[in-house]
Amino acid sequence: MKKLEIIIRPGMFEKVRDVLSELGIHGLNYTEIKGFGRQRGHTEVYRGAIMQVDCLPKIKIEVVLHDNMLEPAVNAVMLTARTGQVGDGKIFISAVEDAMRIRTGQRGDAAL
Amino acid sequence: MNAPDTAFVIICATMVMLMIPALALFYGGLVRARNVLSTHMYSYACLGLVSVLWALVGYTLAFGDDMGGLVGNFRFALLDGVNGNPAPMAPQLPHTVFMGFQCMFAVLTVALISGAYAERMRFSAMLLFSALWLVLVYAPVAHWVWGGGWMGRMGALDFAGGAVVHMSSGAAALACAQALGPRISTGSRHVPHNLPLTLLGGGILWFGWFGFNAGSALAAGTLAGQALVTTHMAAACGILGWIIVEWKHTGKPTSLGAISGALAGLVAITPGAGFVDVLPAMLIGFIGGMVCYGGVLLKSRFGYDDALDVVGIHGLGGTWGALATGLFASAAVNGVDGLFYGNPGQVLIQLASIAGTWAFVYVATRIIVRLVGAMVGLRVAPEEEYSGLDLGEHNERGYNL
Repeated sequence: MKKLEIIIRPGMFEKVRDVLSELGIHGLNYTEIKGFGRQRGHTEVYRGAIMQVDCLPKIKIEVVLHDNMLEPAVNAVMLTARTGQVGDGKIFISAVEDAMRIRTGQRGDAAL
Repeated sequence: MNAPDTAFVIICATMVMLMIPALALFYGGLVRARNVLSTHMYSYACLGLVSVLWALVGYTLAFGDDMGGLVGNFRFALLDGVNGNPAPMAPQLPHTVFMGFQCMFAVLTVALISGAYAERMRFSAMLLFSALWLVLVYAPVAHWVWGGGWMGRMGALDFAGGAVVHMSSGAAALACAQALGPRISTGSRHVPHNLPLTLLGGGILWFGWFGFNAGSALAAGTLAGQALVTTHMAAACGILGWIIVEWKHTGKPTSLGAISGALAGLVAITPGAGFVDVLPAMLIGFIGGMVCYGGVLLKSRFGYDDALDVVGIHGLGGTWGALATGLFASAAVNGVDGLFYGNPGQVLIQLASIAGTWAFVYVATRIIVRLVGAMVGLRVAPEEEYSGLDLGEHNERGYNL
């Protein structure tokens, strides 16, 4: 099992969720986050006071997959969430030791 | 007394009352989310406290029989003699209606100051300050201008409260901001938490301002109509003046700039609403928008933390308006000419009223703030400032989402 932490632009969430569903991935969680990377922030102006905003809003999706779904999933996300501009986001991939479906007690891949 | 004038002023008084919740929204949107209720409370507390004090002593100090041109006597204390008989200052109205209309002005003026001390002043200190300020500052200044005091007698023009309401709240705001010191971590972190609230509040303020300015004619007639139109046009031009300057200065026009410019135009036209013609009113509003944009930039230059720009908008806008009334007043509108209509002396009178208002209000407010600080302490503790005054002063939060 692999866990993906997918950080994308806020406007991309629905498209990414749809494309993952089409791959047969039927469960994920997402969080609205703020952060910064290479993308510069933006300025906001309130009554002539210019303020630099460094942390930008992003969406973080967390999803755990069967190993054989890893490459199709990351490719689909890349094709969907990409604009080619700085700030498209990142995917962090890690191994997951085990999982359990709380309702049935199933373990491992069967729990996904 | 007559029914049309009475009906008109009753409606105007209710419109001015609506300005106070509108001000709460306007200010509430500009602060951070953790202070939204405390900022609203400043306005609602004024509705409670100032209204009551106005009935007990404020009204009589402003509109009682003149004592030396400085303050009214106690003839109407506890509203004694304020009943259905004609009001001494406006015989076309019942005395109660005149008193009630003036009450709304007092509440609004005291509430305006809260923009300077928002996000850091203790609620108890705010109550004590507001009570003392109403009695010791607002009531005398209202008397000077409208109650038969020295400023009105020397011929200073202030139709609806350029000096009494806006300059005085602006000067008090400067004194408060300097006495309290800046909010912790002033700078890039003070971002308005809900501008739609501010825009809604500002829009309702514009509506209420028609009651404020047109109602100050105290009669339903041509003068009220003149004030309605000058008020509206000045506000419209204030939007344009502000956003043109900020478009040049920072690159983009903002919604906060538009509503701030509207208020700047409204403040600027307040003293002249019933003295100037419509085209000059448009110029007063347009320049008012530009002047107040510059005014709000002053605080970073001089280092006082006037949180919500009371000095920049009400102080400077009111000052510009008082001066502009001396420039543009026309006898064809209301019997007095200004500089551009051949009466340069009016400008000197207006300048004297500006200097007198700023000097008295600023000094008196510094003294009151010092007194309140010694009695109950002005500021909340730093930990409370970090966590927010909503929780710290009122045990509630604005948003439990």
